[in-house]
Amino acid sequence: MPDKNIPEKMLTVEDLEIKFELRGKTLNAIRGISLDLYKGEILAIVGESGSGKSVFTKSFMGLLDQNGKVTAGKVMYYGADDGMPMELTALKREKEWYKIRGHEIAMIMQDPMTSLNPLKTIGVQIMEAVLLHQNLTRAEAKEKTLKYLEDVGISHPERRFYQYPHEFSGGMRQRVVIAIAIACAPQILICDEPTTALDVTIQAQILDLLKALRHKYKLSIILITHDLGVVANIADRVAVMYAGDIVEIGTSEDIFYDPRHPYTWALLSSLPQVGVKGTDLFSIPGTPPNLFSEIKGDAFAPRNSRALKIDFLETPPYFQVSPTHKAKTWLLDPRAPKVEPPPVVEKIRNGGLM
Amino acid sequence: MEREVLLEVKDLEVTFGERKKKFQAVKKVNFKIYKGETFGLVGESGSGKTTIGRAIMRIVPSAGGEILYKGDKINGTISPVLDQKVIKEIQMIFQDPQASLNERAKVDYIISEGLLNIEKGIREADRKARVEQALLDVGLLPEFSSRFPHEFSGGQRQRIGIARALIMNPEFIIADEPISALDVSIRAQVLNLLSDMQKKRQITYLFIAHDLSVMRFITDRIAVIHKGRIVEMAETEELITHAIHPYTRALLSAIPMPDPRHEREKKLLVYEPEMHDYSVDTPDWVEMRPDHFVLANQKEVGEWKNG
Repeated sequence: MPDKNIPEKMLTVEDLEIKFELRGKTLNAIRGISLDLYKGEILAIVGESGSGKSVFTKSFMGLLDQNGKVTAGKVMYYGADDGMPMELTALKREKEWYKIRGHEIAMIMQDPMTSLNPLKTIGVQIMEAVLLHQNLTRAEAKEKTLKYLEDVGISHPERRFYQYPHEFSGGMRQRVVIAIAIACAPQILICDEPTTALDVTIQAQILDLLKALRHKYKLSIILITHDLGVVANIADRVAVMYAGDIVEIGTSEDIFYDPRHPYTWALLSSLPQVGVKGTDLFSIPGTPPNLFSEIKGDAFAPRNSRALKIDFLETPPYFQVSPTHKAKTWLLDPRAPKVEPPPVVEKIRNGGLM
Repeated sequence: MEREVLLEVKDLEVTFGERKKKFQAVKKVNFKIYKGETFGLVGESGSGKTTIGRAIMRIVPSAGGEILYKGDKINGTISPVLDQKVIKEIQMIFQDPQASLNERAKVDYIISEGLLNIEKGIREADRKARVEQALLDVGLLPEFSSRFPHEFSGGQRQRIGIARALIMNPEFIIADEPISALDVSIRAQVLNLLSDMQKKRQITYLFIAHDLSVMRFITDRIAVIHKGRIVEMAETEELITHAIHPYTRALLSAIPMPDPRHEREKKLLVYEPEMHDYSVDTPDWVEMRPDHFVLANQKEVGEWKNG
């Protein structure tokens, strides 16, 4: 008898390592990540470009580039129709991945124009997914397609069905892409920067749409973004990624009101929303570390002006802040000196924005 | 105190296409930009904000109205002397640092191309020194000048784009979504660089963006543009705290805030242009509060005044 209070896991990642071979050198893209995704939640993964957030999620669908390999750890998937756990990292052949892609895990990319086929009507493109993943006749599939179009907020579906991608605006195209993903009837939806190419007003509408669809189709959503500012609205939990590792993870409240890792502090402080006019906005000095070489200690230490000595020597383990919240920083060690978070954190906690 | 007007746009109109397919991208737009300020133009894609910037740069011709720079009309046919002056004094920073730099040219050439055109016969040593200084100004190293654009990250490329504008010693810079294509942490660096340059050199900016949260941080005054028309204009804080036009309010409600409690209670406002009935009662440019202008007709002025 499953306990109601313990959320059901959809996906677990254990000590995952991904390496790329590049010009005879090895790039340590993912450095030992463990993560759980629960049924029906929206998990945001936040990090700068190059932090490995896209590579990490692509490995769930077997979409790593030729030169990329999972070298350690495993990814387990629990959402299969027969209820049997599946080890995704053990899948070798493309054919085996076909069962996962789309039907179990679907993905939405950043730029809707490049993920749609300009030569086919959007109706055909959505129907293709319906026919492939659901056992339906063509007439039923069309009926279903019209329903999906309506679900993603496209008015006049009968007319829109016969239109081509160029007849849609950027926001509408992204809705079509979402409809295609939903049409695969997936359990997990991975959204890779779904709103980065869009206007602020449209961005807000797409995020609202994702929230609505999650309930309607009982989806678990992984939302990848570089902008910590956009996830407060939508995420149940937030994972902050830096240099191929998750440095802090917790509920939205944990991350925004009680962040513990200096990198999370830095990300929050550099948001224009928290900036004070006439003063400089906080900017993180330096650049992310070179992942071709072994990282010693806390990967963020070289860019952290208040790093401790030990940050350069030893990699911190996770320290549990609360049952839902943990962070990889020596600051949480009982022996560490007390370092106050930047004033921005206090400001956000007290609702002092705008 | 009377402030010096650097740029004035009067009844500007820009149209694309001809006859039947004519599309009016900018409709009778008016604004003034004062010397030393940062003026923001906010709107979503297709609103015509970029077109206005391009019309001022004279990349697209204007169909009507006037653009006055330091009192001189710069749109239409102008004298070669004025032409040279405008080229030198008005510079632009583009949105996409991947697309705006010539892939086949070295940074050295990219940065000094404008200089070579305007100061013909400049001594090579001078040119080199100016390029080095421009690179240093934007926080890059002088030795980068011998590299190609693909060797740089997005943030560095945007700095090169800024250096290219700065080397001309411009008085006025049009920055068209200069940070939209950048990562959040790099955004902060570029924004700081731009405001730093303003403090040091008294540069005037026209800042074009779709994101009011960035605008609030960097601009002094904001004009909100929708479908080629400016619908509201005021000082930044005034506009944000007392937004009147429903479109501005919709834009404001869409700003994502890093505050989960606030976000959950937030009601997203959606702007429907059909809500205006301008068939009989045509809209005017009305000063609803001191220095706060809104496009509204008589009926709306009455309604909006009361909240």
